[in-house]
Amino acid sequence: MIILITTLVIAIVSILVGAGLVFTSKKFYVEVDPRQTLVRECLPGNNCGACGYAGCDALAGEIAMGNAPVNACPVGGNPVAAKIAEVMGTEAGEPVDRKIAFVRCKGSCEVTHNQGNYVGLHDCRSAALSGVNVTDCDYGCLGFGSCESVCPEQAIKVVNGVAVVNRMRCVGCGLCAKTCPRGLIEMIPEKKRVAVQCSNKDRGPDVKKVCSAGCIGCTLCVRQCENDAIHVAENLAHVDYDACIQCGKCVEKCPAKVITPPAGTGA
Amino acid sequence: MKFTFHGGVHPEGHKDLSRDVPLRLFDPKGEMVYPLSQHIGKPARPIVKKGDSILVGQRIAEADGFVSAHIYSSCSGTVKAIEKRRTLFGRLQESIVIDNDGQFTPAGDFTTRRDISGITNEEILKRIKDAAIVGLGGAGFPTHIKLMPTEPESIRFCIANGAECEPYLTCNDQLMRMYPDEIVEGLELVLRLFPNAQGVIGIEDNKPEAIAAMTKAAEGKEKIKVLTVKAKYPQGSERSLIKVVSGIDIPGTMLPAGVGCIISNVGSLYAIQRAVCYEEPLYSHCLTVSGDAVQNPGNFIVRDGTSFAELLEASGGLKEGVTLKKALAGGPMMGIAFGSLDVPVHKSTNGLTLLAEDAAEKAAENMTACLRCGRCATVCPAGLVPQRMAEAIISKDFDYFENELHGLECFQCGSCTYICPAGRPLMQEFKRAKSESMIAKRAKKEGGKS
Repeated sequence: MIILITTLVIAIVSILVGAGLVFTSKKFYVEVDPRQTLVRECLPGNNCGACGYAGCDALAGEIAMGNAPVNACPVGGNPVAAKIAEVMGTEAGEPVDRKIAFVRCKGSCEVTHNQGNYVGLHDCRSAALSGVNVTDCDYGCLGFGSCESVCPEQAIKVVNGVAVVNRMRCVGCGLCAKTCPRGLIEMIPEKKRVAVQCSNKDRGPDVKKVCSAGCIGCTLCVRQCENDAIHVAENLAHVDYDACIQCGKCVEKCPAKVITPPAGTGA
Repeated sequence: MKFTFHGGVHPEGHKDLSRDVPLRLFDPKGEMVYPLSQHIGKPARPIVKKGDSILVGQRIAEADGFVSAHIYSSCSGTVKAIEKRRTLFGRLQESIVIDNDGQFTPAGDFTTRRDISGITNEEILKRIKDAAIVGLGGAGFPTHIKLMPTEPESIRFCIANGAECEPYLTCNDQLMRMYPDEIVEGLELVLRLFPNAQGVIGIEDNKPEAIAAMTKAAEGKEKIKVLTVKAKYPQGSERSLIKVVSGIDIPGTMLPAGVGCIISNVGSLYAIQRAVCYEEPLYSHCLTVSGDAVQNPGNFIVRDGTSFAELLEASGGLKEGVTLKKALAGGPMMGIAFGSLDVPVHKSTNGLTLLAEDAAEKAAENMTACLRCGRCATVCPAGLVPQRMAEAIISKDFDYFENELHGLECFQCGSCTYICPAGRPLMQEFKRAKSESMIAKRAKKEGGKS
């Protein structure tokens, strides 16, 4: 008898709740733009947040409503933009080169050192705020891996005191670049390999005092370049990625060996 | 009745090491380095060049902009170079290097007292500005700006901060014992600028000699009284002392002037007296060398630009058989750890603490998960709940951190970190969270997305 009553009560309650659910779902139905679902399917789906929205779902909604451009996803790049453009029935817009992270520092444990012994929170942003300069170099990688902790793809790792990007894994979301308290990480076009691996803006002798691998601003690279694609400003060389043809002449001449070589020659 | 504020901690004072050693002027031998940025605000601009001969008290760099301060030479000699030198903060900063001739020839007459009976308020402010006085309590905020609030009539209290709550530091204690009349006169000069203000000298009750000396000096002065406050950290932070004197809790977004208070370190007041009565610029200040690793702890009047290594030498060097584990500019609670001692003394450095043991390293080794004991909340002088704030940071809920827990009110005294039985670096977490939430706010203001 008890079993029967229990079963009946449960059954009645479930029918009532079911009816309530059906009613509310009909009554409060929110219309979803069917394109939003389709756009969402085109997006990579790693929810990195590099577009500036809360994740792929949020971006899909914004694209469907027309608030964000079809090429808003920096990770997907041109193929994804083209697919979304098809869904939305618009032009894909200017093709954008996919960018990947590049660490402008070569200061590994052999070439530069830390001052004293930092024992605080193991985090670059905290170290940068500790009031003292942890590294000898005022500009170099702190090596506590804040970039590592924000990377959704485990594409950046601190190896021997300096952050190193795994080019195969990097999706170009740029989160590491936003996190680095010293602004060392630059997002550069994927196809361009020649870049200066230093951020020190001090004069040559001052750089040499703190790091044996730093750019000394000697301008030898500038004189080598036939395309006017490398310049020295504030004692630091910087490559103009649009003009660079990846000939690698500056790489050979650089006395500090601080410019990364073009593709096909290692690294 | 003893006056105090809510919260705070009682770290061991260790003041006996140096409290009875009188201040003595230290004349350094080596080259003197003057970083161009020794204050909050824009770095000064050098007005000397290589090879120039310099006298004590000569201006070598000029204030550049409104929030900035001049820099004066503290030795006589020739300019050796203007180049990047490593400073207290470990950075290479543009500095003026002077080859010290050891004569210390003054550039002007700093010993005859000027007649100041008819001096105007503008003249007082001008002399303070020309003397390049900055807050000597540690922050280094240019004093003349502090003394020019928008409504001078609204100022009710001028507070002389003689609390000196940092463990080990005793130089302000000695300064108050040796120059009480000068400090009181400095406070009187400041009071002239504010017609409705009452002068209060706040001193912790662990300095009975200083209290006696200051009370005697303030005798018969209607507008000045000495207030004995309870010895507790962070009694000397401006917010805590204002709470004790005026009973007002200052919101984190407001400056002391907003609630009618002007607060100055006793060292700054002494410098103000020197600047107004003797037209002597600020090129020296008092400093304590102490700690369990140093041979003869003591108090010095030290010239800016002196190397810390030389100061250590003057204090008898390290004790035999002791390895230096940690060196701090300032006291152990808020001081800045050194990478190297071969850096110059700044205008606002008030101590050199040398320790044979690194408490931070030990805490990091023994750190456990939060025990939820809540001791951090009982000691927080700002009335916050550090435990919940740390949780909010771990879950990246900065909105909660800022708006519900009022994390931005934290003024980073480090009491929570000191008391935490789990050894968690709470203050460091808050420092980062605060800076990040400021960055996010700024980004929002500039109209960027996200």
